[in-house]
Amino acid sequence: MNEKNNSLLVYTLIYFGFLYIPVLFLPIFSFNDANYMSFPLAGFTTDHYEEMWSKRNLHKALWASVKVGVVASVVSTAIALLAAKAFVRYKFRGQNVSYGAIMMPFLIPEIILAVSILIIWINLGFPLGLVPVTIGHILFCTPFAMLILIARIEGFDFSLEEASRDLGENAWGTFYRVSLPLYLPGIIAALLLSFIISFDEFILAFFLSGSDATLPMYMWNQMRFVKKLPHVLALGAVIIVFTTFIVLLAFWLRNVGQGKEKQDIAIKL
Amino acid sequence: MFQAWRNLYSKSDNAKAYSLLSPALFLIILVMLIPMALMLSFSSFTQVSMMEIDFTPTFQRYIDFFEKSLLVSLLIKSVKISFIVTLITLLTAYPVCYYIAFYVKKNKMLWLVLLTLPFWTSYLLRVFSWKIILGTKGVFNSTLLGAGIISEPLTFLMYSEEAVIITLTHAWAAFALLPLYVSLEKIDFSYIEAARDLGLSKFEVFWKVTFPLSLPGVIGAILIIFIPTVGDYVTPALIGGTEGRMLSNMIQAYFGKINNIPLGAASATIMLTTVILITAIVSYTTKRLTQRLS
Repeated sequence: MNEKNNSLLVYTLIYFGFLYIPVLFLPIFSFNDANYMSFPLAGFTTDHYEEMWSKRNLHKALWASVKVGVVASVVSTAIALLAAKAFVRYKFRGQNVSYGAIMMPFLIPEIILAVSILIIWINLGFPLGLVPVTIGHILFCTPFAMLILIARIEGFDFSLEEASRDLGENAWGTFYRVSLPLYLPGIIAALLLSFIISFDEFILAFFLSGSDATLPMYMWNQMRFVKKLPHVLALGAVIIVFTTFIVLLAFWLRNVGQGKEKQDIAIKL
Repeated sequence: MFQAWRNLYSKSDNAKAYSLLSPALFLIILVMLIPMALMLSFSSFTQVSMMEIDFTPTFQRYIDFFEKSLLVSLLIKSVKISFIVTLITLLTAYPVCYYIAFYVKKNKMLWLVLLTLPFWTSYLLRVFSWKIILGTKGVFNSTLLGAGIISEPLTFLMYSEEAVIITLTHAWAAFALLPLYVSLEKIDFSYIEAARDLGLSKFEVFWKVTFPLSLPGVIGAILIIFIPTVGDYVTPALIGGTEGRMLSNMIQAYFGKINNIPLGAASATIMLTTVILITAIVSYTTKRLTQRLS
């Protein structure tokens, strides 16, 4: 279509405004010299950012989130890589059912996943904390990681792996020298995006973390106190900038070395 | 013996595929299906005291649920709110996806990244930003006060059903945009041109060609918004107050301060059943609709 449609363009821009402007209030008010978030702005300050350095609980929560995120993203990407290869490489019985089952955590209300893990965990007599949160995050991140990896592996020439096997390389050597370098951009993209999902995840952490707060739990606990809100805003602003950076990096990696047509396919998944 | 098994293995795609899939399926069974089965069985128990649960099977918790008018009304309200949110999101997001799919030629990639980006930013923070906007001393009120349009802050903005609906619409929009865009992008433009050449009006072309062809994306968007918003906890807890409360908030209370795990499990099971039923109805009716239209 070569024609233009200016009214739709204006509408689209307004819609993008609706998507993006609300989130921009966090960074704006994080530099505002007042406890209340209202206009007119009271003056510029970086106090709220300095306040973050002095909060010991914040540091603890940040460290907890990083630990959970690293373990959850590595484990779920490894599980997802094997599953993605099965779906791209083979046609097998029960393919659709297996695919549906693995995508399920993405389609069920998260509170139901959280509550059922909570019931089994406390009945096994285990203490709440970062371990059940990590297990829940692995379940939750795997479908995302798998979608990203399937998009990347699709169209991969598996005869390269077979050639390597025929030339006498063993399974591990083939994976290490042939498959891994070719999958690598997809793997890193899956790792980064699963890390972000885990890092921002709230519901599972809310039910399962007990007294070991992750970063979203820390923010949740502080949101109740008006006086503590400004440094939550600063923290939120930092998190938004950090997440955006990581996600853009992952997008770029996912598409690197792929043709224009594949880029379009990749982003749709 | 081992050699024989190995030969069989190397021949069967089924065996190879399932050995690659086994960790993922193991994860689903162990961390999702078994816990959900246990949740189901807990919904048939009785909470005797704070620490004690009677394990004799009973349907009483489900009867309790439907006898408590609060729980039933919260279930209805949750479904109603999700329904409105889904409808608004679809109606507002569709033209955006339509524009990007059919009119944007340059830098399509950039538009798509912009479309996907909000999906990845913290859900908690997206909801929280609406607290800043709608709060009694928030952006909206302070701007109106400053401009002299109102003399007292509007208190109905926060802690209401409407506030929950606006916030959910914003927080879940990114989820609707992707499936809608993908289905519109797939449409072969020659169909639309053919319809135009046959003399159909712009409206007819859209209603008889474009819209039916985009239905898979519409269904995808409906399910992907409706299912999680029915069970949303964060938005009603932060923005809803008592008036905007949803079923999830009560489920959380049963597992928390009220401490009635069986009733909480029954409520969660009822929520899941409702979601599955509505999903089935939506898929069935849209399938029939697609058949009729094509």
